[in-house]
Amino acid sequence: MSLPASSLSNEYLDGAGRLRAERVRADFPILARQINGRSLTYLDSGASAQQPTQVLEAVNYYATHQHANVHRGVHTLSQLATSAFEGARENVRAYINARSTREIIFVRGTTEAINLVAASYGRGALGPGDEILISQLEHHANIVPWQLLCAERGARLIALPLSADGQVEVDEFHRHLSPRTRLVALAHVSNVLGTVLPVQELIGLAHQQGVPVLLDGAQAIAHEAVDVQALGCDFYAFSGHKMYAPTGIGVLYGREALLKAMPPWQSGGDMILTVSIQGSTWNELPYKFEAGTPNISGAVGLGAAFDYIRAIGRPAIAAHEHELAAHANELLQRIPGLKLIGTAPGKAAVISFTLEGVHPHDIGTILDHEGVAIRTGHHCAMPLMDYLGLPATARASFGCYNTHADVEALARALYKVREVFG
Amino acid sequence: MDLTDLYRQVILDHNRSPRNFGRLVPADAEADGHNPLCGDRLHLSLRLAGDRVPQLRFDGSGCAISVASASLMSEAVSGKTRAEIAALSSEVLQLLTQNGYSPPHDLGKLMALAGVHEFPARVKCASLCWHTLLAALAQPHATVSTE
Repeated sequence: MSLPASSLSNEYLDGAGRLRAERVRADFPILARQINGRSLTYLDSGASAQQPTQVLEAVNYYATHQHANVHRGVHTLSQLATSAFEGARENVRAYINARSTREIIFVRGTTEAINLVAASYGRGALGPGDEILISQLEHHANIVPWQLLCAERGARLIALPLSADGQVEVDEFHRHLSPRTRLVALAHVSNVLGTVLPVQELIGLAHQQGVPVLLDGAQAIAHEAVDVQALGCDFYAFSGHKMYAPTGIGVLYGREALLKAMPPWQSGGDMILTVSIQGSTWNELPYKFEAGTPNISGAVGLGAAFDYIRAIGRPAIAAHEHELAAHANELLQRIPGLKLIGTAPGKAAVISFTLEGVHPHDIGTILDHEGVAIRTGHHCAMPLMDYLGLPATARASFGCYNTHADVEALARALYKVREVFG
Repeated sequence: MDLTDLYRQVILDHNRSPRNFGRLVPADAEADGHNPLCGDRLHLSLRLAGDRVPQLRFDGSGCAISVASASLMSEAVSGKTRAEIAALSSEVLQLLTQNGYSPPHDLGKLMALAGVHEFPARVKCASLCWHTLLAALAQPHATVSTE
């Protein structure tokens, strides 16, 4: 992968522009701790990534120097808090290349972002017999809100089948787009299989029919290039805690024209312009969708996390993670009875697997005993598990701080599982 | 904390070759148990004769701990009365959760589950079958969930 010259020189990269994982690791205090008497091998960033000192310090600085409520007071702290909060919004806008901060709505996370679209946009857009198109590999957060909406509106939820290697195919998508499709909602990257969906092509097809597209970017934001204008998506949802920021903060990006026409979903303070007992008027974007005191320190942490990713360089992080995934694939395939689940070309650094004769939960316990943290279970994707005919899988997912030593520790621990189970 | 406390030979053996695996058709009582966290699914079918449970079968899918626990349970309760089963389940559930618990009766092979309490994330795996059994006895067609 060729990198822009500007990202080739910083303390996190070596002379060839490759990520120095040991240097990155030093920023993450939690990685120094021991688990069950062994050094921690953290391979569960797909569930929640760890936070670097830079994020922790930004949140702490905000709390110790700037905290007050936002958009409310004339006093100094309120102004500082407001400018920290709005500064974070501008930071997000710049990172995902939205046209305006009016398109950046702070929410609790991806789940809340999708619920917002379902409750506000979906209710207005769907009638009886209309369809929402998703895929078989979605996370529950991109299934259940649509199920509730469909039940309420008498609409139908259609799930695209997958190819054998776990991809959503353009032809299938084309076949399933119907004159009744009112919304398409897809993962950018699958949380189980690591598949990177051909979203740009799919969005193009949907737009030919005037159908808006929501992307669930939870697994993409810290790894893939996310430029909402280049992607052309109408909504993009992601969570801070998958990208080295704290939990409880996330973003819904929405195209301004759509957001403008959408009614509020939660109501109360901050989202209003005027209130009288007879009726109220709504605040401008993005505040119309941010009722109540927001997660200010979370937003500050999110901004700091984007700064951190920028400081290293996202392409260098992605290249490093792909290198680790390739190494892991190579070592894991040698383990007797191990089967990789999801092998689409160009997939992200998420490796799901099963081990013959051993339930993933047992793998998880034995790996934990060896200090290796992975995710096991259905990964909040039960329809995908049913589709694959599996009760569960084990999943290793990589972040900027992982090393080749982590990959080796994973493989060693899996041999230990074989040893215990024979 | 030692892995061999959890994965004792008896557990591994019952996982590899579960006893009383299958389904009684027809059954006098049945229950389904789910462990949503890890996706364990368990179905119990019971033959009842007066106050006794002469036969019990289970099927489903789950981790080694849940399969072995159900298998061990099926052996331990076959032929027992409801009152005996209630007493036994209470002792096993204490064994699964309490450090240093010594049961008033000899629990036999069920003692292989004594290491589970050291692994809090796995207690639900081992207790699912017992909760499901109690549900089947309380209500002949029941569904229980550990969440």
